[in-house]
Amino acid sequence: MHARADAADTAPNWPDDIFATLQRFDVRQVPYVPDAGHSRLIQRVLDSATMRGIPLTTEEEGVALLAGAWAGGQRGVLLMQSSGVGNCINMLSLIPILRFPFLTLVTMRGEWGEFNPWQVPMGSTTQGVFELSGVKVLRASNAAEVPAVLEAAAAQAYNALTPTAVLLSQRLIGAKVFTK
Amino acid sequence: MSKANLLDRRQVVSTLLADRKDVVAIGGLGASTNDMCAAGDHARNFYLWGGMGGAAMIGLGLALAQPKLPVLVITGDGEMLMGMGSLATIGLQRPPNLSIAVLDNEAYGETGGQTSHTSAAADLVGVAKACGIADSRAVTTMAEVEAFAKAVHDVSAGPRFANVKIDGASLERILPSRDGTFILNRIRSDLGFQPI
Repeated sequence: MHARADAADTAPNWPDDIFATLQRFDVRQVPYVPDAGHSRLIQRVLDSATMRGIPLTTEEEGVALLAGAWAGGQRGVLLMQSSGVGNCINMLSLIPILRFPFLTLVTMRGEWGEFNPWQVPMGSTTQGVFELSGVKVLRASNAAEVPAVLEAAAAQAYNALTPTAVLLSQRLIGAKVFTK
Repeated sequence: MSKANLLDRRQVVSTLLADRKDVVAIGGLGASTNDMCAAGDHARNFYLWGGMGGAAMIGLGLALAQPKLPVLVITGDGEMLMGMGSLATIGLQRPPNLSIAVLDNEAYGETGGQTSHTSAAADLVGVAKACGIADSRAVTTMAEVEAFAKAVHDVSAGPRFANVKIDGASLERILPSRDGTFILNRIRSDLGFQPI
């Protein structure tokens, strides 16, 4: 289903690297709206004894959930795809107002060999939306850099309360291929 | 508002919080957050002045993080309608310590009293039930409010939902703190968490 990625790996292990980092940072609540690029990580979370995967109906729910989680002493991370970032905009205002640790991992669509034009507008503004909303953006474009980027993102989000989004590029994940 | 027997919002909220013990309460954007303050400021009051549609999800995050604490979301019909999907999310997670009370005046009271969807069509109790929140109640009497207030303390039998029909009176605003970091850190401190 996914092809046109740079990496030749058939079973990429970068989702496992992400999971290990989240575990090390004691992340407990993992709200998500599913995306194919996140499917392995979501499965790891759902199989985990320490993390709770929480499917959402829309991404903004996850922002509010993380505020409540922190009030109750737990860290979380929001998993979504780039189209979901637009659904979050007003709820992102909770982050500077309440100052809770915010980390989100965003699988990118609408770039690098995209087939579906409907993904392109939101994919093109994802980084800008975050930056206008006060969320720092880091990007991982290949599997080798995922661990270092995740480590930096988690450290600044949880230790320095710097709201951070990691964009997992379509080059890393592989552009979705549509076949009849 | 011509309907008889509609409840007084301040009386409802002060009854919900009268014997609150260790309850953490989240007040949705609008008059609900003011009602919570009018019932008495408290270190475990999470007042919202924004993030419309997010009150129930803040409650879910807190309830999952603190499974032994009763968590009570008090919000309005407009705020709940905006976050209606969160009822499906909560119905799936089934946090037994989470309760949601909607103060339903069938109107957007803060913006001029425009009628809301609950005035004619939307049935939030039906929505909550259909989303898997089995204990969903249509509340029209103070006795039912008192029963719900008691149930909130049972952290093994939720989630529960109550839609409370209130009158549309616009009351004097009792304003809580607007400082989000103060509000949040006061709750964390009361729960025993240190600043980072």
